Formats: sequence, structure tokens, C-alpha cells
Amino acid sequence: MSSPAGPAGPRAASGRAASGRAASSRTTTPGRTASVTGWGRTAPTTARLVRPGSYDEAASAVRECGPRGGIARGLGRAYGDAAQNAGGVVWDMTGLDRIRRFDAEAGVVECEAGVSLHRLMEVLLPLGWFVPVSPGTRYVTVGGAIGADIHGKNHHVAGSFTRHVRSFELLTADGAVRTVRPGTDLFDATAGGMGLTGVVLAAAVRLVPVQTSLMAVDTERAADLDDLLARLSATDHRYRYSVAWIDLLARGAATGRAVLTRGDHAPLDALPARARRTPLAFRPGRLPPAPRGLPDGLLGRRSVGLFNACWYRRAPRRRTGELQRLSAFFHPLDGVPHWNRVYGRGGFVQYQFVVGHGEEETLRRVVERIAARGCPSFLAVLKRFGAGGSGWLSFPAAGWTLALDIPAGLPGLGAFLDGLDEAVAAAGGRVYLAKDARLRPELVDVMYPRAPEFRELRGRIDPRGVFVSDLSRRLAL
Amino acid sequence: MKDAFGSPQSLLILGGTSEIALATARRLIARRARTVWLAGRPSPTLEDAAGQLRPLGAEVRTVPFDALDTGGHEEALGKVFAEGDIDVVLLAFGVLGDQERAEAEPAEAVRIAQTNYTGAVSAGLVCARSLRVQGHGSLVVLSSVAGERARRSNFVYGSSKAGLDAFAQGLGDALYGTGVHVMVVRPGFVRTRMTAGLAAAPLATTAEVVAEAVETGLRRRSEVVWVPGALRPVMTVLRHMPRAIFRRLPV
Ligand SMILES: Cc1cc2nc3c(=O)[nH]c(=O)nc-3n(C[C@H](O)[C@H](O)[C@H](O)COP(=O)(O)OP(=O)(O)OC[C@H]3O[C@@H](n4cnc5c(N)ncnc54)[C@H](O)[C@@H]3O)c2cc1C
Ligand SMILES: NC(=O)c1ccc[n+]([C@@H]2O[C@H](COP(=O)([O-])OP(=O)(O)OC[C@H]3O[C@@H](n4cnc5c(N)ncnc54)[C@H](OP(=O)(O)O)[C@@H]3O)[C@@H](O)[C@H]2O)c1
Repeated sequence: MSSPAGPAGPRAASGRAASGRAASSRTTTPGRTASVTGWGRTAPTTARLVRPGSYDEAASAVRECGPRGGIARGLGRAYGDAAQNAGGVVWDMTGLDRIRRFDAEAGVVECEAGVSLHRLMEVLLPLGWFVPVSPGTRYVTVGGAIGADIHGKNHHVAGSFTRHVRSFELLTADGAVRTVRPGTDLFDATAGGMGLTGVVLAAAVRLVPVQTSLMAVDTERAADLDDLLARLSATDHRYRYSVAWIDLLARGAATGRAVLTRGDHAPLDALPARARRTPLAFRPGRLPPAPRGLPDGLLGRRSVGLFNACWYRRAPRRRTGELQRLSAFFHPLDGVPHWNRVYGRGGFVQYQFVVGHGEEETLRRVVERIAARGCPSFLAVLKRFGAGGSGWLSFPAAGWTLALDIPAGLPGLGAFLDGLDEAVAAAGGRVYLAKDARLRPELVDVMYPRAPEFRELRGRIDPRGVFVSDLSRRLAL
Repeated sequence: MKDAFGSPQSLLILGGTSEIALATARRLIARRARTVWLAGRPSPTLEDAAGQLRPLGAEVRTVPFDALDTGGHEEALGKVFAEGDIDVVLLAFGVLGDQERAEAEPAEAVRIAQTNYTGAVSAGLVCARSLRVQGHGSLVVLSSVAGERARRSNFVYGSSKAGLDAFAQGLGDALYGTGVHVMVVRPGFVRTRMTAGLAAAPLATTAEVVAEAVETGLRRRSEVVWVPGALRPVMTVLRHMPRAIFRRLPV
């Protein structure tokens, strides 16, 4: 099976450290030293990158990891410091990239943890099967999907990724490989556990059947936040997939204006005759990558505001049943490899939080504060979540989630986001650890009430503290 | 760990009573710093400094450290790193000295040179080794515009800072790729204890302004920071000025 590496490959930050050569070797020792960041390209730290190609290599890598421990890394799509480990080891899991078995009766695929969702689509879509949960990029690994318990546009009906995981194999600190099933503490600690309970080596994932690789999409505009929330509350249940792009730079009466796109997999009979001949073809388009070394501040308030306004005006007031490619519907940004470079050297942060139903006022205040502050944030995303899953540190919970990108160099941004955290925490909400690069550690236990249990379990199964990441150090997880 | 904005959680100050360093500590505690080490010559002033930071919300500890006792650096600083990662080391100790006296008594000049240069080389390298093992962290070095071009009126201090500045730049290059970031800060005239009683130079600034520049530099991972920023073009001009003219400037 070929490497599933996405446009950014399995790594990191500096171009210097990014030679693909060493990464494709199959030896575990000694690895190479590399500067590592998350997708937001902030806070680089240096670690030894080791790429195990088999269970044995992974087990010996864990046994030999040294005093500063190790952490698994998939395709590095977490925005912050979750998959980096200063001074220690980072296990690049993309070497474990075999799809082992597909049970077409049950619709269950068994694959290694380094397989990307892109690869699963490439292989399984032509057979009429789709991943149960797809985030805003296909370039995430199955291991990363479990580690962050990712959610997609179908969260309100399907829940998060680990709900569809039948079992996984976990390499724990003692070097043993355990099969872990739902309903156990180890499963719930690992689902959303940010790689801190061990290394997921493989998983069995239930897929969903589809008739075509196209999406039937309804688009509509919402004039402001009230209108948006009303539309989502009233009709979301009719759609399997639903999300709203919200213009956070619009102010006054237009605050919270948005474009809703909702839909489902198109049934065969919705396709025009020609397309019906190859209904399951998977053809994601690809543009040239964003250039390196773009300056900071390219995305200012003015340029982004203009872009957002055009986006809003271009969208139809209402359109139903439009056929779109999967990639256009789910992963519009994947078309431009390395798009994260447009934020320049200073990088960017993504702020994503959720607050429960009934906390619409909090949501409104946060949206207003962001709009008033003029954060140059492209198309932020608002979504209604369904009920949360069983993962102790899993992010989604019933309610409203908002995600926005902001250039890290914006003066005073740290304090501004701290202020939003307070509002979110006071409303019983939380921020998403897979996106985080800046949360105050004191708030972790407030936002994730099961964090103490998580630490206690880690203390028990990993007494030497083998699994460590920059995130776990920063947040004392 | 530092966050996405370069705000550290742990801070080690070498020269724990330095006004510039303490202003920086206050700023960083207002963000994320929760562990602060003040390394310095034991004195009531050092303990007072710790006492003033504690109510701001950090755990503050003092540790005996003398820049001139290079033989003891390893042990004194080793203890600090043994207790946990240090996200930012602020090398702030330094003496201005008395130029006239230094010219008359070479031993005084040696004391200035050994404090500002030799002491910093030793402590800088000891910290760099630990930071390297951590794979992250910033070493912030308080250099000075005085090191950019030595002036008649304080060339002993100036030359010690020139040496320190060159050392820190080289160390930064040596550490490139290790995850450790070295930032050279070049303030102009800062109104602190060190300059008390001296006539303020043009573009004089305060410890708070230097602290803010350090915080911004950490966020940007800058390699060199001038405070105030206007000093950069000014010093570029002064640097290229012919000796015959420079010598006669009233600076
Ligand atoms: C453009 C874009 C859009 C996104 N949209 C969404 C979205 O809609 N919904 C959503 O939920 N997320 C979204 N994300 C975040 C992304 O889905 C998660 O961060 C995901 O975890 C990334 O997977 P990865 O393979 O890149 O893992 P990495 O980023 O490399 O690692 C993420 C975490 O998973 C752990 N991990 C990775 N592999 C393993 C393993 N084998 N065993 C144990 N732990 C492991 C790591 O230790 C780390 O804690 C988006 C990210 C981007 C860049
Ligand atoms: N003020 C300015 O105009 C200015 C301008 C440019 C650069 N700087 C530089 O910025 C740094 C801080 O200056 P500042 O203005 O904050 O001055 P400061 O308040 O006088 O601080 C100087 C510090 O150096 C310490 N120190 C001196 N000798 C030492 C030794 N042998 N061992 C350990 N510590 C020693 C002092 O500690 P004790 O309490 O033990 O004496 C004090 O903490 C200095 O390096 C200075 O050269 C200052």
C-alpha cells in the first residue's frame, strides 16, 4: 500500500527539517532530529522523529524512548502542540499504513493507524463505502481520528469518530499490545485522549454505504445569528450533513450572517445519465501548493472582510439539490496543499469551542466580541452538535460549536482569547484540545470534568510517564 | 511550555533583582508564567523581589548565583533545571561600572568585563546545554546599544556588551534547529537603578517598555530586538560614521 501522506507529508514545520528521505526508511533507530509544529505553525519544538514500520518496531520504539518520553503523530493536522514532544521522541505513525481487511457484509474496515481518511476514500469509495465521520480535511490518520475523537458535519446524527470504532489495538507503556473495545475505561480514555494513553496501532471502523460519490446539497443564507440558529434548530434533523459558514467580520444588524450548506450523499437516481456510468468515482481536484515564506499580515481585517462579504453575496439565497463533489463539500481547503502558509511565518491559531443548548446568549456574546474586535477570520464555521460520546476528553457535546482561524500575530490575541475562554467555561462549555495551542491549564478541569480520572488512569497504566506531548506538559494532563 | 504566543509558563532570571528583568517577570506572570526562579547574589533585595512577585500569582523561588563565580554555575543552575523545564531564561545581570575608575584601576575594568562577558558566557552555555536537552525554550540576553559601537565615555562596559552580543548571536546560530531560541535585546538608555543619577540619553525608555518588547520578541521568535525600535536606524548610522567624527560626538 502506498504512503497516505497528505500534501504536507507526515511532519512539521521548518522546510529544513522536512526531508522526506529519512522519513521513508523503515528503521526505528536512531530517527532524525526535526523541528515540529502543528498545522497552525506556532511554538516549534525539536524532537527525534522515529517512523515505525511494524508492531515490533513500534514496541521497541516505545521501550527505548528515553527520559523525555514519546507521542504518536499522524499527519500533523492538529493545529497546536498535541503531536509534538520537545526533547523527546515523536513517532511518525504514517509508516503503519496497511489496509488489512474489508468486510463488505458488515461494512467494517480493519486498517493500521497511519492510514489516512484520504486513502480509505480512495480505496473504499469505489466499492460504495464512505468513512463514518469526515473532518474538514481528508488528510488525517485513523490514529489521529481516534486520538482527537474527531467530528464532522454529521455529528448531530452520527456522533463522533470513536462511536464507529468497533475496536482498536493499543500499544501501552509496558510495551504490550491490547485489543480495546467500547465500554471499557481504556477505550473511553483513549477516545479523544490525544495519544496520551498509548499508541493506536490499528482499528476496526464501521463505514457507511453510499450509492454515489456525489453530494446533493441545499444552500441557503441566514441574515444574522438569530436567523441562523433558528434555521439550524428547525431543520437540521432533515439533513445528514450540516454546517454553516459564518462571517465573523460582519457587524451591526448583519452580525452572525451565514451561509448554510446541508445535504446528503446523492442517490444514484439523482445523477445525470452520464455520471451514472461511474457513480462512485473519487476525483478530488488539486491546485498548486501555497508558496513558502509568505509575509505575515497578508490576511488583514480589510482583505478578509472583503472576501467574507463576497462569499456571502455570491451564495444563493436558496438553492436545493445541487450536486457537488465529495471533496468540494467536505474538504474545500484540501484543494490547496499547504494552505496554512498563507498566514506567514507567525502562524495562526484556531479557536473552537462548544456551549450547550440554552447557552445561545453566550454564543451571541462571543460572536459579538469577535466581530467587535475585528479578528481577521476567514469563514468561521458554526455547527449544531448532537449528544456527546463516551470519551473522557472527547470534545463534542450537545449544543453549538464555533471554529475560527486567527493570525497568531494579532496584538493582544492571547488575552482576548483568555476572555472568551472565561465566557465559554462559565457557560459549561469547552475548547477543543486538537485545535488548542494556548489554553490556560487551570481551565482544563473546568472544561473537561473527567480530566482527573484521565490523569489517574494514566498514572496507573503509564507510571513512568512514557507518553508525553507538549500539550500534556502545557496543560498538565 | 510556551503557548502559541510565546508566553512561557516557567521563567529563570539570572540577575534576580534587575529592574528590567522584574518588569518582564510581571508581564509574563500576567500571562502564563507560574514558576519563576530568581537567581542572584543572596540579599534582602533579592528576597524582596521574590516577595513582590508572589502575590501576582506565581510560585517564586530564589537561588544563589554569582556571575563572577563561574566555577559554581553548573551546580547552581543545574539544580533549577533538575526541578523541571524552563521555558525562558532571562540573562539580565550586568554592571555599568565607573569608566574613569576602570581606566585608572584595571582591576575594576576586569570586574566589569568578567561580570558582563565571562560570567554571561559561562551561565549562557550552562543554560544552553539544559535547554538543548529540553528541545525547547528561549534564552533572552540583555545586551545594550553600548555594545554596537564602543564610545569614548564608557568603552569598558561597551566592549563587554559587544563581546556578550557577539557571543549570544553565535550561540543562537549554534542552537538553530535544536528547538532553542536565543534573542538578543539591545536597549538604549533605560531609567533604572543602573542609570540612576546619569543624564538621560536621547530616546531614553523605561523597564516596562523593555519588558513589553521582550514579550513581543518572544511571540515573534525574534533574534534581535532594539528598544525602542527607533534605535535600530540610529545605530546603523552611528555604526558607519567615520572614526574621526564619531570620536568628537558628545555621546
Ligand atoms: C483543515 C482542517 C480541518 C479540520 N476539520 C476538523 C473537523 O471538522 N473536525 C474535527 O474533529 N477535527 C478537524 N480538524 C482537526 C483534525 O481532524 C484532528 O486534529 C486530527 O486529530 C488530525 O489527525 P492527524 O492524523 O493529523 O493527527 P495529528 O495531528 O498528528 O495528531 C493529533 C492527535 O492524535 C494523536 N495521535 C495521532 N496518531 C495516533 C496514534 N496512532 N495513536 C494514538 N494517538 C495518535 C496525537 O498524539 C495527537 O494528540 C481539522 C484540521 C484541519 C487542518
Ligand atoms: N539600564 C539601562 O540603561 C540598560 C541599558 C541597556 C542594557 N542594560 C542591561 O540590562 C541588564 C539589566 O539592567 P537593569 O537596568 O535592570 O539594572 P539593575 O537593576 O542594576 O540590574 C543589574 C542586575 O545585575 C546583577 N548583578 C550584578 N553583578 C552581579 C554578579 N556578579 N552576580 C550576579 N548578579 C549580578 C544585580 O544584582 P545585585 O542585586 O546582586 O547587584 C542586578 O540584579 C544589564 O545587563 C544591563 O547591562 C541596561
